[in-house]
Amino acid sequence: MTAGMRLFNFAAPSRFYTLTGTLAPWLWVLTAALSVVGLYMGFFVAPVDATQGNAYRIIFIHVPAAWMSMVLYLAMAFWAAIGWAFRARMASMLARALAPTGAMFTFVALWTGALWGKPAWGAWWVWDARLTSELILLFLYLGYIALVEAIDDPRRADQAGALLSVVGAVNIPVIYFSVRWWNTLHQGATISMTAAPKMAATMLTAMLILTLAFWAYSFAVVFMRVRAIVIERERHTAWVADLVRAGKGAGA
Amino acid sequence: MRALFLAVLMRDLRLAARRRIDALLPLVFFVVAVSLFPLGVGPEPQTLRHIAPGIVWVCALLATMLSVQHLYAGDQADGSLEQLLLAPQPAVAVASAKCVAHWLVNGWPLIVAAPLVGVLFDLSAPALGSLVIGLLLGTPVLSLLGGLGAALTLGVRSGGMLLILIVLPLAMPVLIFGAGAVGAVESGQSAAGHYSLLGALLIATALGAPLATAAALRISTE
Amino acid sequence: MNWNSPSEFFAMGGHGLYVWGSYGVTALLMLVEPWLAARRRRNALRDAASAEVWKEFD
Repeated sequence: MTAGMRLFNFAAPSRFYTLTGTLAPWLWVLTAALSVVGLYMGFFVAPVDATQGNAYRIIFIHVPAAWMSMVLYLAMAFWAAIGWAFRARMASMLARALAPTGAMFTFVALWTGALWGKPAWGAWWVWDARLTSELILLFLYLGYIALVEAIDDPRRADQAGALLSVVGAVNIPVIYFSVRWWNTLHQGATISMTAAPKMAATMLTAMLILTLAFWAYSFAVVFMRVRAIVIERERHTAWVADLVRAGKGAGA
Repeated sequence: MRALFLAVLMRDLRLAARRRIDALLPLVFFVVAVSLFPLGVGPEPQTLRHIAPGIVWVCALLATMLSVQHLYAGDQADGSLEQLLLAPQPAVAVASAKCVAHWLVNGWPLIVAAPLVGVLFDLSAPALGSLVIGLLLGTPVLSLLGGLGAALTLGVRSGGMLLILIVLPLAMPVLIFGAGAVGAVESGQSAAGHYSLLGALLIATALGAPLATAAALRISTE
Repeated sequence: MNWNSPSEFFAMGGHGLYVWGSYGVTALLMLVEPWLAARRRRNALRDAASAEVWKEFD
């Protein structure tokens, strides 16, 4: 079998279920290891910042969370589009599994942004371009989740979600550009999140390691969720019946 | 395809003419909503003049969201939507015709009412002009985006709120440039940049939205 | 080492509220999320099992 055909194997929900089940524990181990290393570097190796003191350490989770929020949205739109174009149920299920985690990271980016803003700039919220765009991204996530949850027919929900997420993805640069433009017009807001402390090498390393930790975490939790979705959607198939019976037999 | 487009357009206009009250309700909402702000914010003329562009635009946006909900619902209820989609011509004709009809019926009253409402906020004449130009360019975009939202949420529970939630983020650039244009004129600058951006948004949306709406209609009626 | 004592570590130079408020909420969310996902899968398996039970009576 060529590699291409092998990959398409996992388009079958049953096989993807088994694959993710095997991978998940390792991903959690990876997440834990990277988190420990990253946090250690962030708190015990990276020095105090001259202007912002210790509050700047929030950046070690704020920036990775913001990056993940954008990456996960693009991944969600990508898999939803694949599911729509190729009528691949598994891809659509993966897209649905990605959404809540993406929304979670968006919220974390906003929350940590606010808590960083207060000591750094004196206000709990600043309408700078990046934070405002992040807020709009949260709305895009919530809109997607609300739409797919509101539609009862799974196939219609998958397709409508795919269309919405692709339209959203296309609009993200437009929205970002217009928000940045809006922000520079209103000259009161000279505050900008881009005025982060000059990054010492250790700070950058800690941030990158925690980014990788968030990546591993995202894989792990999205795999967990997609397994739940697969069981929900494939409830009436033989392989799920076997799975349940095996589980009952083993007393699980 | 032009025949189908014109047929749907004329039909919608005729239907709207028969139910004039339905067509005017969003306009009434617009005026009422705009009038709430001074009550909430206080009658200080300086403040009101400053926030007027934003208020007018946001209320226009909300009024459009409200009026667009029924765009396809009536046709779906009596089965005519399915018939329209069965036609050999692409659904883009139906989608575009619906949006144009919506703009003619619901967009124009807003464009006409906005300067009158702007006078309540003591906006200067050039600012009022800028408001009208911005709305001329922006309301079609709102109709197009609203049409997409209506097609996506057709027949879905709590479709109204859902439509607003999914369309508002997409409409934010229009809001930013439209209100920004008035703000620029108020502070004595040129709004040419704003108009160009609005124009660009209009062209891009006019090219993309009907296609997406046609796809959404197929998804929603399968 | 940056910190001379545990209390210094928790104080974060006066910014403890912000730093721990950030890390705390983030950690909480990253614990709750997998727990919710696991619970969703357990519920899904249980629903599938109950569908199975009725099948046996057919």
